[in-house]
Amino acid sequence: MFEKLAQRVISVIAATQKMPPEKILIDSTFEELGIDSLDGVNILFALENEFNISIPDEAAQGIRGVRQMVESLEKLLAGGIPDAGAPAQA
Amino acid sequence: MPARRVVVTGIGAISALGRNAAEFWQALFEGRPGIGPLQAVPPGALRFPNGAEVRGYSPTGYFREKETDFLDRFAQFAVVAAREAVRDAQIEWTGELRGQTAIVTGSCLGGKSTEDQGYFDLYANKRNRVNPLSIPRSMENAGASRISMEFGITGPAYTISTACASSTHAVGQAFWLVRQGAAELAVTGGSEAPFSLGHLKAWEAMRVVSPDTCRPFSKDRRGMILGEGGAMLVLEPLEAARARGARIYAEILGLGMSSDAHHITQPSVEGPVRAMAAALADGGLEPEQIGYINAHGTGTLANDSTEASAIRRLFGAHAGRLAVSSTKSMHGHALGAAGALEAIATVLALHHGLLPPTANFTEPDPQCDLDVVPNAARRAEVECALSNSFAFGGLNGVLAFRRCG
Repeated sequence: MFEKLAQRVISVIAATQKMPPEKILIDSTFEELGIDSLDGVNILFALENEFNISIPDEAAQGIRGVRQMVESLEKLLAGGIPDAGAPAQA
Repeated sequence: MPARRVVVTGIGAISALGRNAAEFWQALFEGRPGIGPLQAVPPGALRFPNGAEVRGYSPTGYFREKETDFLDRFAQFAVVAAREAVRDAQIEWTGELRGQTAIVTGSCLGGKSTEDQGYFDLYANKRNRVNPLSIPRSMENAGASRISMEFGITGPAYTISTACASSTHAVGQAFWLVRQGAAELAVTGGSEAPFSLGHLKAWEAMRVVSPDTCRPFSKDRRGMILGEGGAMLVLEPLEAARARGARIYAEILGLGMSSDAHHITQPSVEGPVRAMAAALADGGLEPEQIGYINAHGTGTLANDSTEASAIRRLFGAHAGRLAVSSTKSMHGHALGAAGALEAIATVLALHHGLLPPTANFTEPDPQCDLDVVPNAARRAEVECALSNSFAFGGLNGVLAFRRCG
């Protein structure tokens, strides 16, 4: 389960960063991958779309690497957090 | 022609702190934030619930109903503030003066609410047309154009859009026009109205907005709070102001600008250092003459520590004797209007000899090791002051002012 999730996360990061997925390892840090804070929010956005969830700021803060990202996501998915990003009525 | 001295003789402000400059100043020196639950969007629509909105504002209290059709909220704020500033300066218009008056405004976003409504009609309401006034309502120069028509001002008029530094750049450009004799009077400032859902969703996605309030320089700061409003200043040559017996709030001495050439959103130390140094040089000032800095101070982790480092680096030991506050803690980050609101806060601080505080301050951050005037205004007869604006995209603007009288 963790492995499968990790693969999905890695492919999302790869697509967002326009880099080959094989360069992204489970223990890669964002710093090693050249991912800065703006790239980070872009990846969170892509993950929210991929998994149809809303990732709260608190869950996103302090994530510095791929493994941590997968673990946070695993917790969020287990908690069944609904997507609060559905379009609201203006 | 030798460079002329330029002074501020009129101010106008509409913001979360009130609908005129007097209410703005009252809240600033009381350290009373205008931050609260957002009314412009449905509750729960956003991850962040709070903003600094203009309260109790009704367009028809300021404009004929037909006029409101032509003016987005952001342009209305520009006009409301300009009217107050011109009235405050007691300008007596002549045809000649109208031709020699410049208007320079700043806006980061233009009429986002107008655009949002148009797209909602197209994509959600499945309509096949949008309002024909969408273009004139949403263009960033709509405020400048309406101000020119309202007062019959026919001199140079334009709008600057440099994100959060827009109206600092605008006031600085207007100052330069008057100083070099290209204009005899200037109405300058900025306005913004960012509270439309489509636009706020983009801020939500950036994850830089605080879930509660804005605590610049506090260790537990959690981000910025968006604000809206308009702020305008009247600038004119010192001699002209004296000749007509005008009230002078402060002298505007310098504009400094720089570009980080670094990152589209991350702040740098070097760019702000160069902008502040350039403002001092433009005003013929020594760093030791500065007693107060109205900081960019957004309340994000990255900005505040970087800005503190920049101030430390430029001012050295004198940084320890400076007062530095962020009034965004009260009026929020009004984006393209922020620089002009803060220019007015700075001018009034010099004029009244009273430094507005950094509100909502809880805990010092060793990385922001400055005297940030926490929570309570302070009496201080400061000679000169800076107002900092550092925009996304790394475009920086800094204004320098001097107390008069």
